[in-house]
Amino acid sequence: MAVPAPGHAARPDPGHAERPGPVPARMRPPDVMRVGAAGLRTRPARALLSALGIAIGIAAVIGVVGISSSSGAELDRRLSALGTNLLTVSAGRTLLGEEAEMPLEAEAMVERIGPVESVSAAGYVETAKVYRSEEVPEAQTGGISTYAARTDLLTTVGATVRNGTWLNEATQRHPAVVLGATAARRLGIGGTGPDTQVVVGGVRFTVVGVLDPVPLAAELDSAALVGWPVAESVLGFDGHPTILYTRSAESGLEDVSAVLAATANPRAPNEIDVSRPSDALVAKQVAGQAFTGLLLGVGAVALLVGGVGVANTMVISVLERRAEIGLRRALGATRGQIRTQFLTESLLLSVLGGTGGALIGAGVTAGYALYRGWPTVVPAWAAAGGLAATLVIGALAGLYPAVRASRLSPTEALATP
Amino acid sequence: MISLTDVSKTYPGGVTALAAVSLEIARGELVAIVGPSGSGKSTMLNIIGTLDRPTSGEVRIDGYDVSKLPDRRLAALRATGIGFVFQHFHLAPGVSALDNVADGLLYGGLRRAERRRRAAAALERAGLGHRLGHEPHELSGGERQRVAIARAVAGDPPLLLADEPTGALDSVSGTGVMELLRALNASGTTVVIITHDREIAAALPRRVPMRDGRVVPDPDTGHRTGRDADRGAGPGRRHAGSGAM
Repeated sequence: MAVPAPGHAARPDPGHAERPGPVPARMRPPDVMRVGAAGLRTRPARALLSALGIAIGIAAVIGVVGISSSSGAELDRRLSALGTNLLTVSAGRTLLGEEAEMPLEAEAMVERIGPVESVSAAGYVETAKVYRSEEVPEAQTGGISTYAARTDLLTTVGATVRNGTWLNEATQRHPAVVLGATAARRLGIGGTGPDTQVVVGGVRFTVVGVLDPVPLAAELDSAALVGWPVAESVLGFDGHPTILYTRSAESGLEDVSAVLAATANPRAPNEIDVSRPSDALVAKQVAGQAFTGLLLGVGAVALLVGGVGVANTMVISVLERRAEIGLRRALGATRGQIRTQFLTESLLLSVLGGTGGALIGAGVTAGYALYRGWPTVVPAWAAAGGLAATLVIGALAGLYPAVRASRLSPTEALATP
Repeated sequence: MISLTDVSKTYPGGVTALAAVSLEIARGELVAIVGPSGSGKSTMLNIIGTLDRPTSGEVRIDGYDVSKLPDRRLAALRATGIGFVFQHFHLAPGVSALDNVADGLLYGGLRRAERRRRAAAALERAGLGHRLGHEPHELSGGERQRVAIARAVAGDPPLLLADEPTGALDSVSGTGVMELLRALNASGTTVVIITHDREIAAALPRRVPMRDGRVVPDPDTGHRTGRDADRGAGPGRRHAGSGAM
C-alpha cells in the first residue's frame, strides 16, 4: 500500500489519519549500471582520458610484475635444464696473494667423496697466449686464457657446442682447440674447419669447435680449451688443475660442499674457493628484484595519479551536471540513488581503465618475453590485485563527488540552466 | 490534492519568498499561478512539488503532510505522484525521445521494457508517435516540450506541475503545448501551471495571482482566488476522480 499505483487517481482526502508516505522503489542492478554508464557515454573523450590515467598505472604495475615473473620463470627453466648440483673448486690464492696451486691428485681425491657423481677439471696454461695469427703483436692477447680441459668437461658443466665438435680422445693429443663463445668472437672466428687455425703459445692449433655461452661456467666463455695431454707436451703445462667441476647427488650437496676444500688441497684448504654457480644466477635474480620493487613503486605512484584524475573528472562532472541531478531528484531519485549513480560512474571509469591497463601490461609482458625468448608469465595475483586496486581507487575517487551530488538541493540544481 | 495553510518561505539572508500563503487546489483542477518575476510563484511550485520545504506552515500533497515525510519518502512521492515540466525542458542530449521519457519512470520501480512501453504510449498521447527515435536536437522546441510533458505524465501521476511551459516557445508551439496540457487535465490529471503570461493565465479556468509572496485578488474577476475562492468551477472539475487516463 505504500507505493501508490500509477494511474490510480482515487486517493483518501487530506486531513485523514496520517499515512507513512510512499517508500522509494529499489533500482535494479542493470538500471544502476545503465545510469552510471550514461554519464560516460555522453562524454566519451573525457571518460577515455581519465580511464587512461588509471590504465597507465595498472599497465606499469602489471608490466613490471609480469616481466619480473617471466624472467623468474626463465631462470627456473634454465636452472632445471642446467641443474643446481654443480660445485666448482678453484685453486684460489695463497695467504701472500699469489696464485695457489692445487695438488695433482686433487681430481682423484674429490672423485672419492661419496655423493660426487662426476668430476672434471680445467688447468690454466698461463704462458700460452692466443692470437689469430703470428702477425698479431704480442701485447694484443684479447683477454683470452688457455685452459687444458678434460674431455668430460663439456658434460659436467652442461655446455653445448655451437659449431664443430668437442675434444675427444684423439684430438686432445693434437694441436686442436675449442673456443668459448666470447673468445671466438674476439678472434673473429665464425666457423670451424681444418684450415681455421689460431696461434696458441706460439703453435698453430686447429679450431675444431666453438661453444655456446656457458651459464654455469662463465670463465669458459673467454677461454681457448685444448686437450690435457697436448697442453703438457706442447704448451709446457704443469698438470696442476686450476678449477674442478663436480656434480653431486642433490641430497648430499651440502656435505660435499663442506669437505671439498679439505679434500682437494689437504695441506692448504683455506686457499681453495668452493662455489655453487647456480647460486650466482639466483643472486643476480634477487638483485634484479630490488629494482623491480622500485619500478613497482613508480607504477603505484602512476596509479595514484590516475586515481586523482578520476576524482577530478568526477568533481567536474558533478558541477556540470547540476541540472541533471536536479531533474533526477524531481523525477523521484532519492539522495542515495544519486550517490549510487556517481559512485557507479566512478567505479566504471576506473574499472574500464584497470581492464585496459591490465591488457596493456600483459601485452607489454608478452612482447618483451617474446623478444627475450622467455616464457610469458602474468601472475593471477597481480591481475586480481590490479583489479581490486582500481575498485578501491574508483570508490575513493567517486565518494566525495557522489556525496556532494547527493547533497545538492533539487531546487538549486534545477535553477542552473 | 494540494492544501497549503499559512505557508511561509524565508531564504537565508532574510528574503521572504512566500508570506503566509493558504491555497486549496482540488483534484482535477487546471490552475494557473500567475505573477511577475519575484512574486514567489517559483517558490510556490517548488514547495508544491516537494522539492523544497516551507519555513513554516503546513503543506499537504495528495493527502501527505510533507513536513512529516523524510527526504526519501518525498522522493518516492515525486517518483509516482508528481510530474514536472520545466521551461527549458531538461531533456538528456543524445538520448532518443523514447528513452528520455522512459527515464522519467526510472525511479518508480518498473522494469525497463515496461518503462519503454509506457513511454511509447505517453509519446503517442502527446502526438509524437512518429518521433520516438529522434534525439532532442532533431526536434523543434514545441516537440521537445511535448517530450518533456510525456515524460512527466508517463507514470500517470495525479498531479502535473508545469513551470513556464511555454516560456521558451513561439506562440504557435506554445498553443500546442497548452492544448496538450488541457487534454491531460480533461482526462483527470490535476494540472498547475506557473506563468507570468497573463494571456495564457486568462485562458485557464482558475487563476491564482501572486505578488510579493502573497496570493492577491484576481484583477480580472475581483475575487479572492486562494482558499476562499469559488474553486472547482473550471471544466476540469467534472473529470475529477474519473480514473486512469
